[in-house]
Amino acid sequence: MVKKFFSRFYIGIILLFLYAPIVILIVLSFNASKSRSKWGGFTFKWYHELFQNEDIMAALTTTLIIAFTSALIATLLGTAAAIAMNSMKKTPRTILLAITNVPMLNADIVTGISLMLIFVALNFTLGFTSVLLAHITFNIPYVILSVMPKLKQLNSHTFEAAQDLGASPLYAFFKVILPDIFPGVLSGFFLAFTMSLDDFVITHFTKGPEINTLSTKIYTEVRKGIKPEIYALSTIMFVTVLLLLIFINRRKADKNAPIRKV
Amino acid sequence: MAVSDKFKQLTEKKPEIGLLFSRVNKVKWLSFPYILWMIGFILIPLIMILYYGLTNGENSFTFENISLIANPVNRGALLLALELSVFSTLICLLLAYPLAIILNNTKLKSNSFIVLIIILPMWMNFLLRTIAWQNILERTGVLNTILNFLHLPTLNIINTPAAIILGMVYNFLPFMVLPIYNVLIKIDKDVVNAARDLGANGGQTFLKIILPLSLPGVISGITMVFVPSLTTFVISTILGGSKIVLIGNVIEQQFRLGNWNTGSGLSLVLMVFILFSMAIISKYDKEGEGSNIW
Repeated sequence: MVKKFFSRFYIGIILLFLYAPIVILIVLSFNASKSRSKWGGFTFKWYHELFQNEDIMAALTTTLIIAFTSALIATLLGTAAAIAMNSMKKTPRTILLAITNVPMLNADIVTGISLMLIFVALNFTLGFTSVLLAHITFNIPYVILSVMPKLKQLNSHTFEAAQDLGASPLYAFFKVILPDIFPGVLSGFFLAFTMSLDDFVITHFTKGPEINTLSTKIYTEVRKGIKPEIYALSTIMFVTVLLLLIFINRRKADKNAPIRKV
Repeated sequence: MAVSDKFKQLTEKKPEIGLLFSRVNKVKWLSFPYILWMIGFILIPLIMILYYGLTNGENSFTFENISLIANPVNRGALLLALELSVFSTLICLLLAYPLAIILNNTKLKSNSFIVLIIILPMWMNFLLRTIAWQNILERTGVLNTILNFLHLPTLNIINTPAAIILGMVYNFLPFMVLPIYNVLIKIDKDVVNAARDLGANGGQTFLKIILPLSLPGVISGITMVFVPSLTTFVISTILGGSKIVLIGNVIEQQFRLGNWNTGSGLSLVLMVFILFSMAIISKYDKEGEGSNIW
């Protein structure tokens, strides 16, 4: 009992530590005062003004397009690579996985600089495309590491059975393999999307002067003070994802629950 | 008997899914776009850093960029970054290990809690979350208001190394929890029970069984926290004020000023530490699957 209490208490403290800044940001989004350190009363003003602020809206659009596109392409490349790697012998697979780990283990600043140098060396103008390519690069490993465990759990006989029953390999793949690994593919996509959204350092080095994502926009405002509209936007994004995750969990729980009595 | 054994052998022999694939079509070709991508966007770019770091503006070979690390300012920035990242890694380890054990013991049905602590905060921008710590730590900030209310002495840790360590622990703690948790859930409960049956007490079981078996996760976690802490320039910029300079700040500044060769040279020095960490990881990551990392 004491042990259980202590466990709960400890988890509570850690959650408080991890979520305190988030609570502060949500509170700031309702703060009528423009200053970060003064409470000027409750307001919805920043939520109204957010949608009139073209700069922030442009940065948001860029961020979301890059996050979605890079996650999608990374998911396609990464899933294909994971399937191929799964069929390789140990040595080539180990080598490929070691390379896969490089962007995850490497420092963001080094990855960012190295990509910037290659883009400049190729006379490639830094901008939207260079950021997109950079994001795909650091997103692929997350997809591979999400799909790999699902591939390992696969029952190989089902694929064989499908073919014995006359399915072509491609048809069997879409009907048998893909449904089984799909949760891994989906979580890889979600993870990649989130990583792209939260990235600052690599974007900072590969973006060029013309475009801004939310991260780089916030960084330019660190010194002169963050616009409260940004707090409002972040609150909307955070709460949306929170609700989405709760919704997904509910549905999962419903599915796993025994069939309700009528 | 012999026949049934043979039958058993035949049915139990699970052909590897991969071998099946490769018999049907050349599935390995699926990895080609990925391999090309990694060569183009990971390997060659790293070679570019090597090239810039070892040449001067006129493309001739030099060690000058690397030797700039001996410059007192740069050396100080590197040593301070090392010191702060070692501290923050240790604190993360001390906080994360008990948490991973508790999470493992609670036998969560789904990994939703893990998602909660690791993925969800990322939807609030990393820079904003760090800026929020300014609010908490400021002279008249949230923390000091609470301390005042409790009649406790105020803390002035904003713009000090302590604030940077706090920022590092805050941002990178999840990357210590996850690898340790991933290893702990894989430990066979029977091994732990066997130790208890043979008379080991809780402490002995932990020291002789759980800790050694969780070592790969601990090593991964240490790397996942140490490398980003060592190389950060954002956390030190936001929480350290303008006076505290880490090696990440130095490199970022060199690139901002257009001194790409110098910046690359200093990055090469930094990469020595990173490569060292990667070597240790690959030694412990026996499955070679990266599953201890993420």
